[in-house]
Amino acid sequence: MMSNGTDKIEYVSYLEHQGKYSGLRSWIFATDHKRIALLYLYAIATFFFVGAILGLLMRFELIAPGETIMKPQTYNGIFTVHGVIMIFMVVIPGLSAVFGNFFLPILIGAKDVAFPKLNLFSWWIFIFGSILAVASQFLKSGPPDTGWTFYAPYSTTTGTSVIMATTAAFVLGFSSILTGLNFIVTVHRMRAPGMKFFNMPLFPWSIYATAWIQLLATPIVGITLLMLIAERLFGIGFFDPKLGGDPLLFQHLFWIYSHPAVYIMILPAMGVITEIIPTFCQKKVYGYKAIALSSLAIAGVGFLVWGHHMYTSGMSENARWFFSLLTFIVAVPSAIKVFNWISTMYKGSIDLKPPFLFALSFIFLFIIGGTTGLILGSVATNIQVHDTSFIVAHFHYIIFGGMGFAFFAAIHYWLPKMYGKMYNFKRANIAWGSLFIGFNLLYFPQFIIGIQGMPRRYFDYPPQFQWAQIISTIGGVILISGIILMVYNLIMGVRKGEIAPANPWNGSTLEWQIPSPPSLENFDEAPVVKENPYDYI
Amino acid sequence: MFSNASNFVHGVDKAFLIIFSISLFFLILLTTIMITFVIKYNKKKHAKAVQIKDSSWLEFTWTAIPMILVMLMFYVGWEGFLPMRQAPKDAMHVKIIGQMWKWSFEYPGNKVSDTLVLPINKAVKFDLVSKDVIHGMFIPAFRIKEDVVPGKNNYTWCIPGELGDFDLFCSAYCGVSHSYMSAIIKIVPEDKYNLWLAVLPVKKADDNKEGYKILEANGCFSCHSVDGKKIVGPSFKSLYNTSIEVNTDGVKHKITADDLYIKNSIYEPNKDIVDGYQQGIMKSYKGIVKEKDLPKIYEYLNSIKAN
Repeated sequence: MMSNGTDKIEYVSYLEHQGKYSGLRSWIFATDHKRIALLYLYAIATFFFVGAILGLLMRFELIAPGETIMKPQTYNGIFTVHGVIMIFMVVIPGLSAVFGNFFLPILIGAKDVAFPKLNLFSWWIFIFGSILAVASQFLKSGPPDTGWTFYAPYSTTTGTSVIMATTAAFVLGFSSILTGLNFIVTVHRMRAPGMKFFNMPLFPWSIYATAWIQLLATPIVGITLLMLIAERLFGIGFFDPKLGGDPLLFQHLFWIYSHPAVYIMILPAMGVITEIIPTFCQKKVYGYKAIALSSLAIAGVGFLVWGHHMYTSGMSENARWFFSLLTFIVAVPSAIKVFNWISTMYKGSIDLKPPFLFALSFIFLFIIGGTTGLILGSVATNIQVHDTSFIVAHFHYIIFGGMGFAFFAAIHYWLPKMYGKMYNFKRANIAWGSLFIGFNLLYFPQFIIGIQGMPRRYFDYPPQFQWAQIISTIGGVILISGIILMVYNLIMGVRKGEIAPANPWNGSTLEWQIPSPPSLENFDEAPVVKENPYDYI
Repeated sequence: MFSNASNFVHGVDKAFLIIFSISLFFLILLTTIMITFVIKYNKKKHAKAVQIKDSSWLEFTWTAIPMILVMLMFYVGWEGFLPMRQAPKDAMHVKIIGQMWKWSFEYPGNKVSDTLVLPINKAVKFDLVSKDVIHGMFIPAFRIKEDVVPGKNNYTWCIPGELGDFDLFCSAYCGVSHSYMSAIIKIVPEDKYNLWLAVLPVKKADDNKEGYKILEANGCFSCHSVDGKKIVGPSFKSLYNTSIEVNTDGVKHKITADDLYIKNSIYEPNKDIVDGYQQGIMKSYKGIVKEKDLPKIYEYLNSIKAN
């Protein structure tokens, strides 16, 4: 198995490899999928930090009714920017751009993605779009104040810099589309000889399902944002009834993309968890086919449920209950995955290392996020909790508790492979503890006051909701401390940590059969393809 | 829970209870199993994993059971929702008008109130009208919410079942004072309601001035007062043709609030900002307030200068 024994002399890690360029240019003009993955990692981590600080500022504003640290218009700008950064620049690219780029080719035994130059180009588009998004904050007309959803006709009439922000989202969309295209072709054309679709590990499966959503759904939001810009610039009446348009048209078009976008975030997260659990249980994953196919089922049915964001919009009664029915159906494949993960642990040999701890808490938070999604999917209860802090809590449980914790799990799992160094376990566990406690303190109270009627996007609120806001703010501080400790621990690991062995967790998939960090072309010898990638016998 | 505040509380809370119970059951069950496995099969005690074969029988079971449960949840949600769209034909009508950032309630006979007063145990249908952007009419205690969308005739209805005061919130984000766009609902006995309605004045035709009507129709008064009070923007009182201090591109200077200034302030509101106010809050009304209507606005502003 250990292929690095015979050709030690030739091995040069991708971090040390001398190419055409040196210094910074060897990174920003790199076409190696692993270097591009790290470029995404550094950019996304920076944006995440900015978004988190904005979130914390909102929490401080909400600690007491009335004005605490900022004016209403500033607050509205901040929640918009928080949403735009977190959605378009962190969670949508997130796992697939970082870990998809780094590990999809390795897990299927390939040298690189199918189009390495296009891959670099996608990163540049991502950076260009991000610069536009950041620039929209500093224009003279003030930061956009529409919320990340850009609902018309507010967005077509407000005086703030909506055009710049939507242009940014439009540009970022292209990065997503091209990455999706690249991954689809990679999975189809670049698999190692002998590796059939059903010999692939499950992370590539989830990246593959995600890529299809990126490719098919993103153009819709692109066109929608262009329509919005056209309405603002030229007064073309798509959405504003004063110009003969229909505000619901915007919502439909927006959610036809933005609901599947939720699966762009969560499918790779499920993929990561599906890699981590078998490794730390030393067990074949339970229900390989069910997990693989449920990814495709989620991707497919996920296209048909966008209307559940619009139960109170005035859409017809029949549309409301029909979207509700479809929404409940899409819950089933997610439930199947949870059952499969837990069954994989049965009679395993469980090693409670930091990546597994993050994966376990992912499952717990994902169950809460998923089941509160059932309350939102049911029409009667949705009427009560729609547009309240309940929904804020729900999507943070899915996006942060789900995708975020999966990202943390992934970085703890694969960091030794990416850098060839190991972090401190004890500090990682403490960071995990404060992340987990802080997260639940922050978001759980929001479920309760949401049911009681606390609307979302409120700068000020009636005093009966204050108790929860105080708990949430305390949770926010604990959460941020956890993030800082975790990042510090990982950076210290990369800079001064112990040298990590090639296979520190005794994993069975292909990335653990090559040296850490991998060489430029990953496999200096042809990879050995197993029939079941999770074969521990 | 299960109050009588409105006729929908029972159906909605039943759906809450059923979905919540099933969810909690699974959360506890799965978490317990997870923790048990982590303890029982820890590698210290369980050094060698036992490989298990997939069982299609098990896979089928845990697909079928959730499928049945979600269909049950769908059903209770649908059942609780259905009556919300079946307003009785003889229900009284109240028009709820949403505009940035104020609710008003129009009763039959062209009477308008800032508080929503309703008789107990009588069906009332709310016709939802927006004058500008999307608002959300949300009465948490009644379990009703429906967006107030410009250009659409959205509605909702209910039968209030408990006396007292209740909150009405705006649930759809609508701009700077979104969180202040709330109102009080008073549910009173029918005789009190009739008395209240009888003395409620008919909608002020406010001096019948054309200019006033244009400003009112565009919701200008929610930010600009006519009595000198500072709200979101500067007051209209004593404004016309006086000298005011504005910021243009960060430069402070004096300007006379003449016809041209007022026109610019309507069409390019973010160019000259009156000192002490924030930029970027007001949208441009170009194409919305017609050029031919501007003189009527000048005339009205001139008329409230004399006050």
